[in-house]
Parts: sequence; C-alpha cells; structure tokens
Amino acid sequence: MSSDANVFQRPAISRRGKSSEDVWFQRALALAGASVLIILAAMLISTTINAWPVFAHSGWSFITSAGWDPGISRTEITGSYGALSFILGTLITSGIALLIAVPLAVGCSLYLTNIARPTIGRPLAYAIDLLAAVPSVVYGLWGLLFFIPIFIRPVLKLIADTLGEVVPFLDGPVVTYNYATAGIVLAIMVLPIITAVTREVMSKTPIAEIQGAYALGSTRWEMIRAIVLPRARPGVIGATMLGLGRALGETVAVAMLIGGSEQMPTTLFQGGQSMAGVIAITFQEASPENIKALLGVGVVLFVITVIVNMVARLVIWATGGRIAGDAAV
Amino acid sequence: MMPNPNSFNNGNLAVEARNMHVYYGNFRAVKDISLKVKRNAITAFIGPSGCGKSTVLRSFNRMNDLVTTARVEGEILYHGNNIYDNDVDPVEIRRRIGMVFQKPNPFPKSIYENVAWGARINGYKGDMDELVESSLRQAALWDEVKDKLNESGYSLSGGQQQRLCIARTVAVKPDIILMDEPTSALDPVATLRIEELIQDLKEKYTIIIVTHNMQQAARASDYTAFFNMDRDRAGYLVEYDRTPDIFTTPQNELTEQYITGRFG
Repeated sequence: MSSDANVFQRPAISRRGKSSEDVWFQRALALAGASVLIILAAMLISTTINAWPVFAHSGWSFITSAGWDPGISRTEITGSYGALSFILGTLITSGIALLIAVPLAVGCSLYLTNIARPTIGRPLAYAIDLLAAVPSVVYGLWGLLFFIPIFIRPVLKLIADTLGEVVPFLDGPVVTYNYATAGIVLAIMVLPIITAVTREVMSKTPIAEIQGAYALGSTRWEMIRAIVLPRARPGVIGATMLGLGRALGETVAVAMLIGGSEQMPTTLFQGGQSMAGVIAITFQEASPENIKALLGVGVVLFVITVIVNMVARLVIWATGGRIAGDAAV
Repeated sequence: MMPNPNSFNNGNLAVEARNMHVYYGNFRAVKDISLKVKRNAITAFIGPSGCGKSTVLRSFNRMNDLVTTARVEGEILYHGNNIYDNDVDPVEIRRRIGMVFQKPNPFPKSIYENVAWGARINGYKGDMDELVESSLRQAALWDEVKDKLNESGYSLSGGQQQRLCIARTVAVKPDIILMDEPTSALDPVATLRIEELIQDLKEKYTIIIVTHNMQQAARASDYTAFFNMDRDRAGYLVEYDRTPDIFTTPQNELTEQYITGRFG
C-alpha cells in the first residue's frame, strides 16, 4: 500500500485563484444582505418624495399642530395638514401599553423562572407565546365587542370618578372607545415579546450567585431584588423597546379601539386616532393630495420608530455595558 | 487532648445528623448518616468523588431545598431542634449556618456592598462601616481592599474573591460556616492563606469543610469524617474520628486504603 495521501488522487496545486463557484456563492449572499437595505432605502425615498409637497406646504406645523382638514385637489395642496393629534395618539396608546405590559411581563418572567415548577411553567410559557399568534384583527373584534364594554369601561369609569377628580388626564366623561382602551388591548398584544426576552434573560442568572444569596439567609424576594433584577435590567430595557416598536406600528386593533376622533387629547378617556390608524382608515377614500399627506404621516411614523430603536440600543449599550463589565473584569 | 466524637454532649455539640438519608428523586444519594459536629472545631469531610460528602454538607443548612427533587429523611438537630421540621423556615437556618462555595461567587456589586448586603437583609442596625471593616479583617482581606471598597467584587483575584465570600458570610455572624471545597479553584499560595484563615475563624465559629485534598484535611482539621460510595451508589459514613487518629491509626481498612492513596 502506498501512502494515504494518494487515496484522493488530488492534482498538483493549481494557481487559478478561488473557485468560481465560491465567488458566485459569496456574491449571492451579499446580494441577499444588501436587498434589505435597498428595499428600506427605496421605501423611505419614494414615500418622502411623494409626501414632499405636503411637507413643503405645511412646514413644521405638520408635526406641531393638530388641524387635519384634507383638500380634494389632484394637483395642488389645498387642505391643512397637522398630524400632532395622530402622533400623540400613537405615543399615548403605546405608553399605556408599556406601562401595563412591562410590569406584567417582569412578573410573569419572575414567576416562570423562579417560582413555577416546570409542570406549570412550561404550559404557561407556551400560552403566553400563543398570545402573539392571535391576529390583531381578532384582538380588535374581541376588545370591541366584549372585553372593553364589559370589563374595561366600568373600571375606567371608576378611575375617572375617583382618581380623575385630582389627577390630570384621568378625568371623564369616559367614552366607550378611547386612548386607554386601545392601550390596554395593545398591552396584551405586546406582552408575549416582552415576556419572551425577559424570561430568557432571567433564566441566565448565574446559579452560583443565587446560591450565594440564599446561603446568607436571604428570602426569595431579597435574592430576586439583589441578583435577578439587576442582572436582568438591560434585557428588560431591550425587551421594552422591542415591545414599543411593536406597539407603535400596530394598526388594525388600535384603529378599531381608539375611537377614531381627530381632536387633541385632554384626557385618556376620550376618543383619538393613531398614525397607523388614520392611514388604514382613510386611505381608500382619500383624494390625491390627502394620499400625499398620509404618506407624510407614514414617514413620520417611520422616523419615530427608527429613533426609538436607536435610543433603545444606546440605553442597552450604556446600562448593559456596565453590568457585563462587572462580570467580565 | 481533644474529646472523642462519641463523647460530644450538649456542652460542645454544634450540630448533629441522626440517621439521615438524602434522595434526589428516586435515587438515594447518601444513606444513614449519623454524626456529631463539635462546636468551635474544624471538621473535615473527605472521600472519593460521588461519595455524597457535599450532599451531606448541604443538608446542614438546607441548601438541598433549592433542588426541587431533593428530599431529606432523618433528623438534623441544631440546638435541639430538627431543622427539617415543617415549622422551621430554611431562611432562618441559613442565617445561622452560613456557606462558602467551591468557586468564589461574589455578587455583581462593590466590595463594600458584597459584605454589607447579607448583614442588611439580616436586619443589622449597627454601624455598617464598622461591620464591613471587622468582617474584612476577620477574612484577612482588609489591608488589600481598604482603599478600593467601591470597586467591583469581580476586580479581585480568585483567592481574594474567596476571602470576600468568607467576609460576607462572617458579616451575618453565623454559628456554623460550611465550606464546600473552598480552595479547589485556587492556587497553592491562596489555598494556604485560606487554611490559615480557617484556623483563626474557629475561635468564633464552628467550621465544616469538604475537601478533595487529604493533606488539607490532615493539616487544617481537628476531626475528619471519611465517606465512601457503596455498591448501590449511595454515600455512607465509613469512619469519623479525631484527625490524627484517622490519619495514623484508622480503624477501617477502607479508610486506610483511601488515605494511603490506593483508591479515590
């Protein structure tokens, strides 16, 4: 038997450079990656160009004033377009959603990772994930017909009659569909994503530190407060921002539940409209100049979402860097 | 002359296991352990891997409770009470029976907070600066860290981290300190420092130390318990006596084989 090297019958080393298959494969993958950027840029550029006449016509008042009175011209901009009430509608409903969903998600995650036995925890975790699989139009219908009129409205009325007497923005009258109702249903919709990330981070708490805390005679709550929560903080912030991204863009359920009014908010219990909502509700009957204005609202929504994501990354980087640095040194 | 373990009485007894069995699910990890631990002495648990010595150690402060499938039968008597009785809170037990682990596990907090945290949750109302200093001094760490108390506990070397863990344990003023192979992750110099430290600590505390290292047991302990794994894979106590007796005149053939390095 000769040496093993001959088994493959390899030719002498060639000098033709990399194989062309490999080069083409790499190019194909690069194209796949670039396509995302190309689509994103194309979308932003074409919407901005189309919306530009409205931006030029309204100036900063497009985002600083609230009168939304579309004209019917095909060629000019004749109406007045101030999207502030829609911007506020989106921000208020998203804020309410996070205010409810984040504490709930942290509580769920703590329960799942620190308290529940696997026989209870696993099915519950699946159930929370399932909330994400429900189509948003179903959430909208359920909220519209059952959840809000039966359960939520009486509670909101109670709040308006008690807290509302002293706390601004919580006073009545309470209409059936309002900022608060949209925010509450939105909270249920963003709960799964926030819980999933938070739970994942909490399950990574170093067991040695948990045992160290217990060995000093800490109760479960003291251990959680000293070890689990500080370690999970960057993850919770990241999860919150993911949830916020989802809440800002949610369209159908919010449009169904927010009440559909263009007035400026003076209380959380009045009807309003969100950016995504006004686009979805009005574009079908919109005049050509109104379409341009709706595109403008879309551009503003996109910019706000980008800003939120950038702030999220900064926050995670700033707080996460510190905690990870502790562990790394 | 140190008293024989059989003669320990209420005057010098720290904790006692009586016919204790520990199960993980259906598997019996240790069986029928009966053993008295003397107050203000250092008791070493030695034995080959898997003989259950760590499991026994963790039964003394109910750390096994954190493993959902673990179950303890028999009694562990501490000041006349069985710590596994239903009306005993494990949190209360761990405040009096502290533990130092195999790998240093400081909290992701400052050196100061690492020591202060345990005392604070235990309701310490005195001068915290003073307690932190005295605890770090007892752990022979004060001189090395007094100028950087606000730095992270992780900024210390492995040996220093382990002494920090001893300091935070001392700060809650326990009766008994359990040490689970506290030097196995340290270099020889750091190991010797910890061994010296343990000698100083026995003035105030009862110490039970699990070790893989027979020389360590011979050097550093007053009493030695030798555990082995039986054919059914359950750990059991083979022999327990004054350390010099175990290492010079062991009564059991297995003990002699183990300390002379013929197995384990």
